[in-house]
Amino acid sequence: MKQEPLVLGIETSCDETGVGIVRGHTLLADAVASSVEEHARFGGVVPEVASRAHLEAMVPTIERACDTAGIALRDVDAIAVTNGPGLAGALLVGVAAAKALALGLGKPIYGVNHLAAHIAVDQLEHGALPEPCLALLVSGGHSSLLKVTDVTAGVEPLGATIDDAAGEAFDKVARLLGLPFPGGPHIDRVAREGSSVYVDFPRGLTARRDLERHRFDFSFSGLKTAVARWVEARERAGEPVPVSDVAASFQEAVCDVLVRKALDAAASQGIEDLLIGGGVAANSRLRAMAEERASRLGIRVRVPRPGLCTDNGAMVAALGSEMVARGRTPSPLDLPADSSLPVTSVLA
Amino acid sequence: MLLAFDTASPQVTVALHDGADVVAELTSEREMKHGEQLAPLIEAVMARAGIVRQDLTAIGVGVGPGPFTGLRVGLVTARTLGFVLEIPVYGVCSLDVLAAEADRPGELVVATDARRKEVYLASYVDGVRVAGPAVAKPATVATVLPVVGEGGALYPADFPHFSGPMRPSAGWLARVVTEELAELCDPEPMYLRRPDAEAPRPPKRVS
Ligand SMILES: [Zn+2]
Repeated sequence: MKQEPLVLGIETSCDETGVGIVRGHTLLADAVASSVEEHARFGGVVPEVASRAHLEAMVPTIERACDTAGIALRDVDAIAVTNGPGLAGALLVGVAAAKALALGLGKPIYGVNHLAAHIAVDQLEHGALPEPCLALLVSGGHSSLLKVTDVTAGVEPLGATIDDAAGEAFDKVARLLGLPFPGGPHIDRVAREGSSVYVDFPRGLTARRDLERHRFDFSFSGLKTAVARWVEARERAGEPVPVSDVAASFQEAVCDVLVRKALDAAASQGIEDLLIGGGVAANSRLRAMAEERASRLGIRVRVPRPGLCTDNGAMVAALGSEMVARGRTPSPLDLPADSSLPVTSVLA
Repeated sequence: MLLAFDTASPQVTVALHDGADVVAELTSEREMKHGEQLAPLIEAVMARAGIVRQDLTAIGVGVGPGPFTGLRVGLVTARTLGFVLEIPVYGVCSLDVLAAEADRPGELVVATDARRKEVYLASYVDGVRVAGPAVAKPATVATVLPVVGEGGALYPADFPHFSGPMRPSAGWLARVVTEELAELCDPEPMYLRRPDAEAPRPPKRVS
């Protein structure tokens, strides 16, 4: 089996059209076209707007990735594509494009799970994935704790959010505070000027009675409501809202729960490597807190650089490359896009 | 060898044209699921004609109007395949394909199903499109002129002079491209509708 396969990966599960090219664990190109600005005025991703943008961006993004990588498409060994989970109509554009590439090049296609790809991408930065490892995936669409024994063979979900995703909570709180969409980077920025202990916001699902049933699950909707109540009370009293303090206190509450549960999960499984991925992994407080607390427990933390944490094609190519290297069977050409693809299924 | 396909109706239709005539044509048995059926049908139609991908010299694709999800599967496939194979991609209005197959002198209306109790339609005189495509409620565009396309069959009260064909066929799409029976266009989707999206209201109060 080819050890350093050249793989092109396509990602269209949400609002980023991503095309990445890797050779083994080496990143050659990571072209991303985002429709985020078209969604900003709607305060969230509009599926039809995203799907239209994917169609327009697809070929130019493939072309850009090939130019950056300095390769000819015919040299590619395999095509990988996110076939779920994600927005159905958006996924479909990427899957159809990947099939057209596979047909036109006469190369195999690998449908890959978006969440597993978020994990595999770290190989491009830090080398072979430690297996087993524990993955904390946090973004606008997902908040999961996963046990990874073989990233190409499905991962075991230990816990997930029971309501909002972590990134969604950032977006909603940003809106409450009058900060632009997407909220994550803006909260991170203003929180640096604020006090993280200004308000003691609730930590969802950390009470003793919740831990029995939801030890590794998350809940962020109560936190979001608590922030809204606090802000409204201030406004009603005619007092100014200390935006940076509220942002810092909210961010502290989210990161505290994420890190606490991730480290508890790692310890309970006897796992010594924690990997954090997804758009929220770009949050500076989350990174710092995870590293500080993990080091006290002798747990190593791996976080890909921010550009690799958000949705991109490189992560799909990285997982595809691992599948080729480990001799996994390619997907059939009737590979479906599956918007609710379970994380246990890496290969469709 | 021209590869032609259309995904602007509930069926996927694929054909090959060698410059003289259609040499192979396949239509999906299942409705919808364009994303699952198109690539295998392309592979199957090439196998049936005994050709390989390097034999393809051009692509013709239906640009709609039609349900968006299926339409995009066809267009992204055509554009990407055209890009890798370095061959031209020609768009054809899917309603023009039905008009070409109907091949009727004089006035003709083509109407297809636009869902939401609407039709996509266009008007032709001697095979040349003179109006449309547009999307409309059948009652507002009711006509006693001859009508072809599934829209006619769905709303017989508004389109009393309906006859086949019902859905565009890739074989006729291939003939349209090869014989230039209609105006060819860029492979851009004819959506005719804006995305359903509303700007959000201010945050709800929680207390
Ligand atoms: Zn993601």
